Amino acid sequence: MDIGLGHYLTVAAILFTIGIAGIFLNRKNVIIILMSVELMLLAVNINLVAFSAELNDLVGQIFAMFVLTVAAAEASIGLAILVVYFRNRGSIAVEDINMMKG
Amino acid sequence: MIDLPGLLPALPEIFLACAGMALLMIGVFHRGDATRLVSGLTVASFLVAALILIGVAEERVVSMNGLFIVDGFALFMKLLVLLGSALAVIMSLGFIEREQMARFEYPVLFLFATLGMLMLVSANDLISLYVGLELMSLSLYVVAAFRRDTVRSSEAGMKYFVLGAVSSGMLLYGASLVYGFAGTTNFDQLAAFTLDSTGIPPIGLIIGIVFISAGLAFKVSAVPFHMWTPDVYEGAPTPVTAFFAVAPKIAAMALFVRVLVGPFGDLAAQWQQIIVVTSLLSMILGAFAAINQRNIKRLMAYSSISHVGFALVGLAAGTPEGVRGVLIYMAIYLVMNVGTFACILCMRINGRMVEGIDDLAGLNKTNPLMAFALAVFMFSLAGIPPLAGFFGKLYVFMAAINAELYALAVIGVLSSVVASFYYLLIVKLMYFDEPSEAFDRPIGSGMSTILVGASVFNLFFILAPAPIVDAAGAAAGTLFNPPPAVLEAADAAAAVE
Repeated sequence: MDIGLGHYLTVAAILFTIGIAGIFLNRKNVIIILMSVELMLLAVNINLVAFSAELNDLVGQIFAMFVLTVAAAEASIGLAILVVYFRNRGSIAVEDINMMKG
Repeated sequence: MIDLPGLLPALPEIFLACAGMALLMIGVFHRGDATRLVSGLTVASFLVAALILIGVAEERVVSMNGLFIVDGFALFMKLLVLLGSALAVIMSLGFIEREQMARFEYPVLFLFATLGMLMLVSANDLISLYVGLELMSLSLYVVAAFRRDTVRSSEAGMKYFVLGAVSSGMLLYGASLVYGFAGTTNFDQLAAFTLDSTGIPPIGLIIGIVFISAGLAFKVSAVPFHMWTPDVYEGAPTPVTAFFAVAPKIAAMALFVRVLVGPFGDLAAQWQQIIVVTSLLSMILGAFAAINQRNIKRLMAYSSISHVGFALVGLAAGTPEGVRGVLIYMAIYLVMNVGTFACILCMRINGRMVEGIDDLAGLNKTNPLMAFALAVFMFSLAGIPPLAGFFGKLYVFMAAINAELYALAVIGVLSSVVASFYYLLIVKLMYFDEPSEAFDRPIGSGMSTILVGASVFNLFFILAPAPIVDAAGAAAGTLFNPPPAVLEAADAAAAVE
């Protein structure tokens, strides 16, 4: 069986959905949310590289490089905010992030 | 020898980037506390950037191999963003010193966020859009959690980060689909592609546009992607909230307009329904959810959701008139919100910030001038003539009616009536209730200047609306009937090859 563009897009769509589900269904730990965000971004990268190969166009791969770079910066800032939050609250459970409601 | 791309159109951004790095150095090597110095220099850099911006402004220039565009629309929005950011830094200074969060990184983060917004407004490619958006968002996540010794601020930062990251992910997924199905990320080529594909555009492209709109709706906090707004507004330090309420909203709204009207302008039939529904839901939710709020920052969050809904009415019309309405609305929204937040920042009792709307009771007896200013802002936010806020609404609703979106206009006006309930409630508290404790005085010269300036603008906009209305009309015109782009020399050479 040939592996074509459709297969790559399907994998990426599944990964993206798992990422979103991981963010909204997870009630345990904020770090799992950070992992889910990475999963979403990587799904986008699969999409971009697959399209880039299909179209014979380098722009998609350049875009993927930008996404990787920014994702690293984003993860570091997320972890920094997480550390600050843990120092104040003593917990990183998702259900404890509830000081403000309404 | 490779020719450098034309740098001149991006000069304000390049200047701000260099200024940001220089300010970090100044902050590190300055003896003693550098916050005041760095804040002053940040405001000065915004001013210089605005002057350069006006100096290098041209009809329409595409630079950096098509990644970067400067036109009348970008110029208008960038000036608004710079004004909002500069006022936010000025308003912050007293607060951060009193609350022991004066660190020199604070104004520098504002500067980098503003740099991201300017890039965003000038983006002419999905890649530059993404990079500008992330530069803005990453700086904003940090300033939201800037008061790192309190749970509320760090929780606000955390919530903003998680939801912001989700929204960037959705926007990116949409961008990847658009790239795949249109074969390009450049806005001009995308516009040409959608113009060519007569009949039904590829379904992947439509899904991509939906995802991109969802990501952008997050950034402007339109319903159904508004859930971060009240919590972040409440938890973040007040001057940061003031900043969130103006500059990023204006930049994201500019991007929203540019993306939908520019590259996808010919698919208006596809995205118009999305914008109509988002706009309706934002106006209604913003009006009803704010009624029970007792915290004024939370109330302003719902107020800003409803205002974004009103601005989106203009975008839903999708006509030059509608976009002009959006531009006028954002300009007036900026002044109303800066004024209101200046009042909120003055709500201090015995050196402690208070945020309940009940603390405003009887303000007319203890501080009549501030009560009058806040009343002007509240009437203006409610859209009562002859104040400026009325004209913002007038232009967008007129555009909606001319575009035959009658239901949208009617529901919009009705929700505006509901929303005026909570604005007038604040006026009633200030003028007719018994005073509670008086607020601390004096409020400082910077703050009173902003209050006076914003009230004068709101009161007397009716006398001279022409400068803003004409500028907005010209800016909207460049978006719809773009004059042929002036290619920078190096780009023109590349195009020939």
